[in-house]
Amino acid sequence: MTAMTSLERVLTTLGHQEPDRVPLFLLVTMHGARELGLSLRDYFAHAEYVAEGQLRMARKYQSDCLYALFYAALEVEAWGGEVIFSDDGPANAGEPMIRKPEEIRTLKAPAVESSPVLGRVLEAIRQMRARSEEAMPIIGVVIAPFSLPVMQLGFEQYLTWMYEQPEVVKHLLQINAEFSVAWANAQLDAGATAICYFDPVASTTVVAREQYLDFDHRLSKDVIARIKGPVATHVASGRCMPLLDDFAQTGTLAVAVSIEEDLALMKQKVAGRVSLLGNLNGIEMRRWTEVEAEVAVKAALAAAGPGGGFILADNHGEIPFQVPETTLLAISEAVQRWGRYPLDWVSNER
Amino acid sequence: MTAERDIGAQHNAFLEALLAIDRLEVRRLLEELVTEMSPVMMVEQLIVPALEVIGERWEQGDVSLAQVYMSGRICEEIVDTLLPAANVQQQRQPVIAIAVLEDYHMLGKRMVYATLRSGGFVVSDYGRIDTDNLVARVVRERVAILLISVLMLPSALQVKAVRQRLDAAGWRPKIIVGGAPFRFDRQLWQEVGADAMGSTASDSVALVTSFLEASA
Repeated sequence: MTAMTSLERVLTTLGHQEPDRVPLFLLVTMHGARELGLSLRDYFAHAEYVAEGQLRMARKYQSDCLYALFYAALEVEAWGGEVIFSDDGPANAGEPMIRKPEEIRTLKAPAVESSPVLGRVLEAIRQMRARSEEAMPIIGVVIAPFSLPVMQLGFEQYLTWMYEQPEVVKHLLQINAEFSVAWANAQLDAGATAICYFDPVASTTVVAREQYLDFDHRLSKDVIARIKGPVATHVASGRCMPLLDDFAQTGTLAVAVSIEEDLALMKQKVAGRVSLLGNLNGIEMRRWTEVEAEVAVKAALAAAGPGGGFILADNHGEIPFQVPETTLLAISEAVQRWGRYPLDWVSNER
Repeated sequence: MTAERDIGAQHNAFLEALLAIDRLEVRRLLEELVTEMSPVMMVEQLIVPALEVIGERWEQGDVSLAQVYMSGRICEEIVDTLLPAANVQQQRQPVIAIAVLEDYHMLGKRMVYATLRSGGFVVSDYGRIDTDNLVARVVRERVAILLISVLMLPSALQVKAVRQRLDAAGWRPKIIVGGAPFRFDRQLWQEVGADAMGSTASDSVALVTSFLEASA
């Protein structure tokens, strides 16, 4: 088969057909800083550094996308929340920005166009778009309205309010939803190809399906319908098997799979309807040998590769800074070696 | 047989009330039992086993973190308010401390603290703390069992420095670690020099109990 561009490869697999090989989304956010010899704080302070870092990472590891995630706490920074930088990991949200229910009544979402931190991401996307071929997908990121309150309220307060003050929570989610739509569409306007919709709280690891249906399902369906581009749902290492049909109803094109779930069974359940993304263990990856990396890649490809509808990635949506370059190269080489369609070796090895 | 069935039914009703986050029903059930069981029996035979079942079911994917958290908080409230006598049993225990190490995610620690309190243990809560202050405080307060909760991988790796610094100070508490990095890499707790890891908050009661029994 003639080699496809990354965009062709991704679109073919999202259409549930087999492309030339399994696409690889190597979702590194911090490794570009190391490549450029910068601290994480300096790296994320300049759009041109992030654009350069992403372009270099994609070339080095033959990844099929550029990734516009700076750090998850960036959105809460745009809302006026505190962000704490680290030398060796992603920036974290600091103290919760909302402490009392009455603060939600007067809460206003930040205007995307006038937020310096959001503007930096948009500028990075514009530069990535300008400096890469049209054929390279750029993945923008939004935190789902249902998941943003973890950083706005703090996890404990959020879970407690979900039970004790559900109407207050629902009001906050409505405010968040308007922001999510505006933020996602601004990234698409800047040149992003698709949006990764991070909704870890939806995972059945975090809330029961009944709570997801009560608080999130219709809201996410509405938000995703208003995002003017393709959307993939990511629950960041959490489980979501019982939600697959629910997620499909939201209009999402792809769902990320946790290492704690059976990738082959997930594929069986959604084949031809929703594509899957996953599910390499980013935490274990730190100490993988090259052989272990190859074994893990082969296992994922065998479980979900046949028939298309699958993108190989880590299971969290952000590869830890501690994962060495040699391992990332080993993963990339394993995809090149074992990910070419048709995956005849899968049936031969069974 | 009838009595056993009744106890089984009461256990199930208690468990279901916890999973439904039904504080009133939980209290009503306990008030029914208060004439039949001592406070210590309630903690050991009803509350702790219920939290263990909830923890196991969370690990299997059958209940949510929200249910684990809220049920732990309800049990903590019960032990603190309805059953103060149970706490007396633990007054002479060695020092147990819990901390969030160089991490900004407090939920896991809160859940473990609630579970240990529900089990009747007295626990010093160090909150969020850095390595220097944690080591100094553990040595100063002669902590025998140190529970460390993390969410981020760099914080998990930092446990190794805590162990090395404590060794250098000549103090060797049992270190129990927990949090997502340890759940996703089952070898990590050994790599950083911990003595045990808990997969769920409720594991903490069994681990602390076993370390206390071993040192008795």
